[in-house]
Amino acid sequence: MESLKQKAKELLEAGEIKAVLGYARGTSDTRRPHVAMSALEVDKLVADQACTTNLANLLMKHEIKHLGKLAVVASRPSTLRSLLQLTAEHQVADGAILALVPAEGGVKQLGTAQAFEEHLALVPQKKTEKDQALLDRLKAMPRAERFAFWQKEFSRCMKCYACRNSCPMCYCERCTMDCNRPQWVPVPSHAVGNQEYHLVRAMHLAGRCVECGECGRACPVGIPVHLLTFFAEDSVRAQFGQGGGASATIDNALSTFRPDDKETFIR
Amino acid sequence: MSEQFEPKITAFVCNWCTYAGADLTGTSRIKYQPNVRVLRVPCTGRIDFMLIMKAFERGADGVMISGCHPNDCHYTSGNYHARRRWMVFRDLMDFMGIDTERVTFSWVSAAEGAKWGALVNEVTDKIRALGPNTEQKQLVGLGVE
Amino acid sequence: MAERYKLTQDALSALFEALAKDGRRILAPTDADGRTELNAVTSPDQVSKQYLQTILSAKETVFPKVERLLSYTTEGGKVDLKDAQPHALPTVLFGVRPCEAGAFKALDAVFNWDSRDKFFNARLEKLAIIGVSCTSADEACFCTSAGGGPGDTQGSDILLTPVQGGYLAEILTPRGEAIQALAPQFFQAGATEDKEAVLAKVEKAFDREALTAKLPGMFENPVWKQQSLRCIGCGACAFVCPTCVCFDIQEEADPKKGERLRLWDSCGFSLFTLHASGHNPREVQSARWRQRIYHKFAYYPERYQQYGCVGCGKCTRACPADMNLKEHLVEAAQAQ
Ligand code: SF4
Ligand code: SF4
Ligand code: SF4
Ligand code: SF4
Ligand code: FES
Repeated sequence: MESLKQKAKELLEAGEIKAVLGYARGTSDTRRPHVAMSALEVDKLVADQACTTNLANLLMKHEIKHLGKLAVVASRPSTLRSLLQLTAEHQVADGAILALVPAEGGVKQLGTAQAFEEHLALVPQKKTEKDQALLDRLKAMPRAERFAFWQKEFSRCMKCYACRNSCPMCYCERCTMDCNRPQWVPVPSHAVGNQEYHLVRAMHLAGRCVECGECGRACPVGIPVHLLTFFAEDSVRAQFGQGGGASATIDNALSTFRPDDKETFIR
Repeated sequence: MSEQFEPKITAFVCNWCTYAGADLTGTSRIKYQPNVRVLRVPCTGRIDFMLIMKAFERGADGVMISGCHPNDCHYTSGNYHARRRWMVFRDLMDFMGIDTERVTFSWVSAAEGAKWGALVNEVTDKIRALGPNTEQKQLVGLGVE
Repeated sequence: MAERYKLTQDALSALFEALAKDGRRILAPTDADGRTELNAVTSPDQVSKQYLQTILSAKETVFPKVERLLSYTTEGGKVDLKDAQPHALPTVLFGVRPCEAGAFKALDAVFNWDSRDKFFNARLEKLAIIGVSCTSADEACFCTSAGGGPGDTQGSDILLTPVQGGYLAEILTPRGEAIQALAPQFFQAGATEDKEAVLAKVEKAFDREALTAKLPGMFENPVWKQQSLRCIGCGACAFVCPTCVCFDIQEEADPKKGERLRLWDSCGFSLFTLHASGHNPREVQSARWRQRIYHKFAYYPERYQQYGCVGCGKCTRACPADMNLKEHLVEAAQAQ
């Protein structure tokens, strides 16, 4: 933690960056995103296991983008995966953002997509046991039961869009949910509106989701929405051999194709 | 006792192949069941996956999606892109518990009038056997006080 | 001061039965997969044993997340329009905290401001509140800075305070008396337990009247921008808030029929103030965050002579970015 603060101060003082996006202590000893632009603010930085938010999401926010060159604390591999995906989608220029990875006995400073990829090769992406268990349970259910499961979960959805807004890949200036001339997806959080919303969200993230789980964590009413995009990601990987957040140079699976794509259901 | 259930089936077909193919079914005087309402779109690449859900929402019991065979798309690659999306969307539908048996995807060229007629008959029989799409119909109005 | 009665745990079960017999639905905090949710219950056993607050507020009972205002059908040029009838069930809200019980007043201020809202009133008229005082609080709570307190009686028809062997009951309104009258034998008069002693300690964090006086002069203060840098502009805070009252109207129609729905909306959404021209008077999140605070602490007092926040802290708990409202209000109160 001290070396992280040290590094952050050095970079700020040298004028190499304008702000560090990291974590600070939050309510009831949780961790919250924290933007440090001065030595005083750097002192509030915290780096430990409790830092779970994927900060890459905030990098897409206007007010933060416009602060100037940024360093982001990448305690979690998914923050780096997000940066790769955002680079592949031309939202972040390669080299534009510095990643500070707290590591044993110091802090690793990574500046390029290639460096991110090399670092990620050392920390394989894995679903939590809890997520994997629920995914497996859902897949094993008879279809109608699965339908009932999701309908029950969705019935709590209030369309607060915390799941969408916390996702680093949901950066559209105007989300399709907000396209209202005419209204395409129903706005109300009734059963039809919720089912459509969650289908759209998952489809728009298929092949792009970096599996950070932020959407599920953000949901105030505990709907495991991240499993929808995790599942879509598994489907994309199984069928097209590529997924989100792996590379800064590969096109998204669903914005490209191969003439010999294999399916089994088209008549 | 009860009247036989007659399903409503919505078909989204591309203008250049399947629509022409379906036309040929008619001009060839091939008889087929009248349960399918055909909606013409420029290309399968234009068929937003949400159209399937919209059809269900408006009371469809089944949906057909059809366009040009691979390599034959009027816009070169619309159907290739569409195919990838269907491959994921179908999986996702199933994961959400939405019955994929009610959605049929096909390639039907302008010359395949007989194939279209046979397919419509087959799909109509299948959806008739499945019965009304109550799962989706019951969602309409649910969650409104 | 209202007379205080003692209500034993057994008597509470009997009271629940009496309420059910009277045809009332009882909604109370329940445990659901680690969350605390408001659900229909029939016995006190189903009520959560250890809860601070429900995630969502109880405003749903008078202001549902989606409700039908009207519906219509058209046939050959003839329109058949039907006003929706609010589906209002006689309801007892059991176990809501004093902060939330006090929040209905803030909803009432808007729904009965320049016209009386039929839907809201139909539900409110059938609602009775049996609040339960707080014996614990967390870092998000700031009721005492928002005009309330862990044992505050405003808003409740009956307020219960947990004491040894049951509850101390304060009957506060005619609605409360009507509930008492359903089972008077269960309320033992002359209770002497010390209410204050069991209440949670929530220290006052700022002076809200002073803040209200200060806000008009700090519209351009950098504090709003600083605070909101991490805000992601979702609707979580507004949707869980017991006093947030903003709604959207949506028409869902096809050529033959349609309906008009009212649903929750939030000033935190960028679309909320977007004009048809494309201009957005609250272009950035800092302006929306400021609006949230001003609405509750400047515009509400100015327009309705009351506040639009009860200090329940639900927004803070629900916020994915941990925007702690209390902390931010303290900052604003101290800002130069
Ligand atoms: S969809 Fe969820 S898990 Fe995937 S990148 Fe977005 S927030 Fe992360
Ligand atoms: S965060 Fe939860 S409640 Fe909010 S829109 Fe997403 S799923 Fe619905
Ligand atoms: S603004 Fe926050 S603290 Fe105030 S009433 Fe609403 S949810 Fe409670
Ligand atoms: S304060 Fe929190 S809950 Fe409210 S809009 Fe911002 S991020 Fe969402
Ligand atoms: S034009 Fe027929 S599929 Fe593209």
